[in-house]
Amino acid sequence: MDQAVSAREIAERHTGRIGGPITALREIAAEFGYIERAHMEGVADAFNLTLAEVRGIVGFYSDLNTEPRGRTHIRICQAEACQSVGARELTAAAVARFGAGLGETAADGSVSLEAVYCLGLCTTGPAATVNDRIIVRATAEALAS
Amino acid sequence: MTIAKVPRETLANALGADRIATELAKEGHEVIRTGSLGLCWAEPLVEIDGIAYGPVSDLAHLEAARIGPTGEIPALTRQHRLVFDRCGRVDPFEYDPAPIRAHLERAPADILAEIEASGLRGRGGAGFPAHIKWRTVHDTPSDRKYVVVNADEGDSGTFADRLIMEGDPFRLIEGMLIAGRAIGADTGVVYLRSEYPLAAEVFSEAIAAARGMGLLETFDIELFIGAGAYICGEETSLLESLEGKRGEIRAKPPVPAIAGLFGRPTLVHNVITLCAVPAILEHGGAAYAELGVGRSTGTMTFQLAGNVERGGLIELPFGVALRELIEDWGGGTRTGRDVGAVQVGGPLGAYLSGAQLDTPMTYEALAAIGAGVGHGGIVVFDDTVDLVQQAHFAFAFCAHESCGKCTPCRIGAVRGKETVEALIASERPEVELAIIADLCDVMEQASLCQMGGMTPIPVRSALGLPQGGD
Repeated sequence: MDQAVSAREIAERHTGRIGGPITALREIAAEFGYIERAHMEGVADAFNLTLAEVRGIVGFYSDLNTEPRGRTHIRICQAEACQSVGARELTAAAVARFGAGLGETAADGSVSLEAVYCLGLCTTGPAATVNDRIIVRATAEALAS
Repeated sequence: MTIAKVPRETLANALGADRIATELAKEGHEVIRTGSLGLCWAEPLVEIDGIAYGPVSDLAHLEAARIGPTGEIPALTRQHRLVFDRCGRVDPFEYDPAPIRAHLERAPADILAEIEASGLRGRGGAGFPAHIKWRTVHDTPSDRKYVVVNADEGDSGTFADRLIMEGDPFRLIEGMLIAGRAIGADTGVVYLRSEYPLAAEVFSEAIAAARGMGLLETFDIELFIGAGAYICGEETSLLESLEGKRGEIRAKPPVPAIAGLFGRPTLVHNVITLCAVPAILEHGGAAYAELGVGRSTGTMTFQLAGNVERGGLIELPFGVALRELIEDWGGGTRTGRDVGAVQVGGPLGAYLSGAQLDTPMTYEALAAIGAGVGHGGIVVFDDTVDLVQQAHFAFAFCAHESCGKCTPCRIGAVRGKETVEALIASERPEVELAIIADLCDVMEQASLCQMGGMTPIPVRSALGLPQGGD
């Protein structure tokens, strides 16, 4: 199906609702894996916004990714409580192990790494997610398994 | 048949609570999914016929994890739980709506008087007296008013909002209903961060259940999930985001209590502030105000986190010393080393040294040393902490999260980060420190909101620079 049309259909479910454009874009990112120009055009159309306004929203929120992610998407908490128990060292080990920096996808598309600032698991850091599975007291080995 | 309580909570689940619940059910126990008791160090904490076990990795080793009768665990009995009194003890969906119905019979003026008598102040960070906001919204004429809940709990070291929304979501609904009644609002909106999917799931179920009980007939509640932006915890940025826009902050005045969501008078409160409200009506504002110290009334939900042996949620009256929280409640650092620094109140909070640990946790005592309570987060670092790195992070975080609306924050954070990098390589550090001190003054005085305005607090405290304004 035409991407702009599908995006518009998702968006139309949220018109008139609080925070509608953001919810629509979150759903589009979940549905298609990332947000591209045609999706933004569909959202702009549904909400009577300009493409520039929709681009502005997409650029503002870190969940609204415009690039495909790896088959495994790993988020590692970079905030203070996790820093105090080795998040910096964990991040360095993960970057070396998976061949991608924070915000990058490995060349073979296997893994993407993302910084996240607090998962609310601050007593059992470092905290991370692997495709939305939560890992506490994380090690690079645990992220790979 | 025995009754087994197993938390349905993000941390407990990450450590196997779902699997343990299934195994207990297979063994013939009647399993109740509760929230967390907040003893995060003991998760998954399982209670079987009143005896607590934790952490329970598997049922074969249950006895080795025995803690004792739940009602006699000092780490719980020594707390003063008003906000978290039900959380972790009960299935949140076995809910009795009679008390809230009784509260909602009370006249708005009567409720406002109780809130004023309680001395309740905002638990999100600013500590602003709640009753002034309530009265302002109440007194501002409008065709529509809103109650907006800030559940964008982005401060590192904090998880109280998550715990209550997962473990006792009706507590928040009660607080919202009472506030709506008092100020004359018919709509409540909860802004929840996307990093908390289980809280979203549980709270959605609670909204549906409340609707089924007929509690939401004159005041409805909507849940909005954010899209990843720390700045949306700033109330005007949050309102912009709810209007479907970039979360760029608004200049104040007007305050949201006068012109907030869609330009209407809006009561914006943190989750925990509203969750204190049912207890205030239950016990009376005056009784609530007797707890705590001076103008820091009531209980605070402290969250002990980071490099600490026994992290968790500790609800106590204001006034407890930071040292008592870290050493007695927390058992010192997880690594067993000395405490090197403690960041109180999130990423915009001060790094306190070992010499400052005797500070009582009150709004006033912390303000006197250039710090703040914030949302009650306490992040412990051991003595290997590199405070220059932490100052660097404070600027880097501000640069990452700045909404970009005002220059001191947008540019200042980037320049600050670069200057700390120069400081690390410098042979004459006094040059860079002078630049950083100057930059901090500009950010503090000229930023539109507290993102840029408070970033100097962790920076200065980490680098040993005096806090500004005195």
